[in-house]
Amino acid sequence: MPTNPFHTPPPPQDFAATDPPVQQRSRRVRLNRMRRHLWNHVVTGLAVLSTVIVIAPLVAILAYLIYKGASSLNLAFFTHIPAPVGELGGGMANAIVGSGMILAVASVLGIPVGIGAGVYLAEFGRGGWLAAAIRFTADVLNGVPSIVMGIAIYSLIVMRQKHFSALAGGVALAIMMVPTITRTTEEMLATVPHAIREAAYGLGVPRWRTVLSVTLKTASPGIITGCMLAFARVAGETAPLLFTAFGNQFWSLRLNQPIAALPLQIYVYAISPYDEWHRLAWGGSLVLIVLIMVSVTLVRIYANRGVLKGAS
Amino acid sequence: MGVGIDVENLNAWYGSTHTLQDISLNIPANHATALIGPSGCGKSTFVRCLNRMHETNPIARATGIVKMGDVDIYQDANPVEIRRRVGMVFQRPNPFPTMSIYDNVASGLKLNGFRNRAILDETVERSLRAAALWDEVKDDLKKKSGASLSGGQQQRMCIARALAVDPEVLLMDEPASALDPVSTSKIEDLIFELKRQYTIVIVTHNMQQAARVAENTGFFLNGKMVEFDSTHKIFTNPKDKRTEDYITGRFG
Amino acid sequence: MSSPIISVAQNPRQTDPSGAPQGSPVQQDVGPEAPKSAVRQFLMSRSSGKAADTTFSAIMLMCALSIFAIVLFILFILIARSKLSLSQFGFKFFTRSAWDPVSGDFGAFSFIYGTLATSLLALLVAVPLALGVAVFLTELCPQKLRAPISFVTELLAAIPSIVYGLWALFVLVPIMRDQLGPVLTKYFGWTHLFNGYNFGLNLLSASIILAVMILPIISSIARDIMLAVPISQREGVLALGATRWEMIRMGVLRNARIGIVGAIILGLGRALGETMAVTMVIGNHPEIPKSLFSPGYTLASVIANEFSEATGDVYLSALIEIGLALFLVTIVVNVIARALVWAVTRGAPARAH
Ligand SMILES: Nc1ncnc2c1ncn2[C@@H]1O[C@H](COP(=O)(O)OP(=O)(O)O)[C@@H](O)[C@H]1O
Ligand SMILES: [Mg+2]
Repeated sequence: MPTNPFHTPPPPQDFAATDPPVQQRSRRVRLNRMRRHLWNHVVTGLAVLSTVIVIAPLVAILAYLIYKGASSLNLAFFTHIPAPVGELGGGMANAIVGSGMILAVASVLGIPVGIGAGVYLAEFGRGGWLAAAIRFTADVLNGVPSIVMGIAIYSLIVMRQKHFSALAGGVALAIMMVPTITRTTEEMLATVPHAIREAAYGLGVPRWRTVLSVTLKTASPGIITGCMLAFARVAGETAPLLFTAFGNQFWSLRLNQPIAALPLQIYVYAISPYDEWHRLAWGGSLVLIVLIMVSVTLVRIYANRGVLKGAS
Repeated sequence: MGVGIDVENLNAWYGSTHTLQDISLNIPANHATALIGPSGCGKSTFVRCLNRMHETNPIARATGIVKMGDVDIYQDANPVEIRRRVGMVFQRPNPFPTMSIYDNVASGLKLNGFRNRAILDETVERSLRAAALWDEVKDDLKKKSGASLSGGQQQRMCIARALAVDPEVLLMDEPASALDPVSTSKIEDLIFELKRQYTIVIVTHNMQQAARVAENTGFFLNGKMVEFDSTHKIFTNPKDKRTEDYITGRFG
Repeated sequence: MSSPIISVAQNPRQTDPSGAPQGSPVQQDVGPEAPKSAVRQFLMSRSSGKAADTTFSAIMLMCALSIFAIVLFILFILIARSKLSLSQFGFKFFTRSAWDPVSGDFGAFSFIYGTLATSLLALLVAVPLALGVAVFLTELCPQKLRAPISFVTELLAAIPSIVYGLWALFVLVPIMRDQLGPVLTKYFGWTHLFNGYNFGLNLLSASIILAVMILPIISSIARDIMLAVPISQREGVLALGATRWEMIRMGVLRNARIGIVGAIILGLGRALGETMAVTMVIGNHPEIPKSLFSPGYTLASVIANEFSEATGDVYLSALIEIGLALFLVTIVVNVIARALVWAVTRGAPARAH
């Protein structure tokens, strides 16, 4: 491909052209061929083996999680707040609700900004240097470690307010959602045929209305999918919440107070010395993973049905 | 009712390519005017200049005077206002895929904020009847997606969509080129009906089609308008040698 | 011309040829203005939406610019809050390994060491496996298995860090301590890599769990890049009589190598900043680890562990400076990786053609 400098055509290889004349080479050739075919099988085997090794942890983790988690889940887990140290029972009701609140804040802030930026990239800035720079920045922001996001939001909000808050946690997660949503929105809008935009312009529909009611609407299945993936990704984030939402052993429904969150609670319980708390950590992990897996699977089914591609 | 269009010294560019050069012509109201010419000669570009669609392409530019009735569309008006007065039908049917048939036809009104249900219902029915599609779709107007119709039906729906805004001019850019003969003939019949009420500009590469539906015909070649005259004259007694060559098929 | 070239008048549908303007086209006289329909009146009264358009595009632009703003803001606030430590320790902060909150003496070298050691070790484990998976998926896998295996890798990538950490803490660490550790000491003790007492909470455990976490990322990007290698490249090599492996090596890997390097660097970026799982199993000990069995500390895990308990401005400032370093390093790593991946996948839609 002339467009790609890295796809240089392979130079002539030794295995065909440079062998010696027929008479002398038959034995060597046969050995050589055997070696090559053996090597071929070895590498194929290794590729299969590595695939198995990679899939194994998933199976191991899921199996262990279900084994440990399912036995710790009961009604109290979903309805009670943590019991004091040393007492049996208790649950993670406050952490589940807290996670829900933090994620709601994150979605309310992150989804509109992410979609807006994606709309800019696809509809307004296309082809320009500014769009290219923003696209690149979004990709880079995607790679910023979540713990860094945590201390940045700590420095901005928590230090000012002088206390931890659900809001600060939501802002940190919102920032982490933005780049994913932006890039998916852009990609999905790019799949909307130009002819559909022209149809709207031709009817005298203003551009803003065309974007909102025609282009975004046509791409909406894909964009919703992207938002769900971004949501699933931050739902399990712990590091950015450590110094923002902070966690809370009690009920709190206030946005400007420290709040419990499922991943935080799992962390606190996991590194505690109590067996009862370890049990709750497993239960919490199972709940978390089921939530995430269900949304990823839904997205996958949705995508496979071709809804993602939009009608064309 | 339609209005006439006066074009004077229209020039258009894509980037630095001078695509249309000094086009001048008068398009009479309530008649069909055909534009013919080989592929790539600038017919689409020309009709897109008539409703300022040309400038939606970021690299495109146009100069000159286009008067629609008394309004100089490049001086006195905003592109959105112009496009509301001018209906456009594209080469390939382009229904809104997420909308029902009803919503597709009503889209020009709904997307512009029109809310009166009674008038919407009436307009949709009138437009679909005018586009000769009503009988085929009246039972699942709101049930079926516009994209689920056949190609010919989709194109007639797109015509109905353009008619629903009650335009003064209807621009049709090869409206039948992607369609089968039966649909093509339906659309030609339609143009025949419509030109009583609208000023129609139809681009076609099919000369028989031009001859059948249009009173006037313009011949474009390489971005210039070689000849513009009554269809009868263009096809029986063209003035220019190049026109004759083209319509007799002696052309590359 | 005597006979019409295309007969116009014979067409039965042509109404009255004389009704059409003859000779030169004429402008028809438009009679008195007909009353406008309700629809037309409405549309004429409607504003062009120009102001709304301007506002709308400005809002979209602001959303887009906010991405710049976020990155700049993070940079700014991290610099501002780490001033104290920056001015007190200067560049030596990164070359000294003292970490003494009591006397207020801080240096980040042992964390940098721990971060690099775990990340590189993780790459060492993950890269061959990830490439194996990518090769398997693109070249060897039966069509039917491709989607489920891709799906499983996607799921692996979706498991949160904290869950990997939990599993590592309660499953991997005991195995490391009681089964794997003694075996390694027994057979590989001579390398001196496995010296010292093995609690299970050590560099090796952290590296293994990191490897598991970055595997799906590297393998899925590498897979995309290999798929972007044009079919013609593969066929060219196969036509020379190559075995499948030779085809993969020369037709695919050779052409995709720059993108694969990009994928690996992207995995490195992820490993450098990974926090929770590592914090849970690395042992959190601010000293340069002497063997793979020694506990260590990484840049991310020292922040996670000590930030909320940091007493004193210099302590906090030193931790934020570590965050700043992590931020800058991951940005550089990501920029390099993205540039490489883009260079290879952009403009080469091999699958489409
Ligand atoms: N979007 C575009 N960008 C650049 N050049 C274009 C574009 N559209 C058309 N052109 C060029 O303008 C010329 C006229 O095209 P067009 O008006 O579509 O011709 P026609 O409709 O008569 O076939 C052609 O040479 C074509 O290559
Ligand atoms: Mg055309």
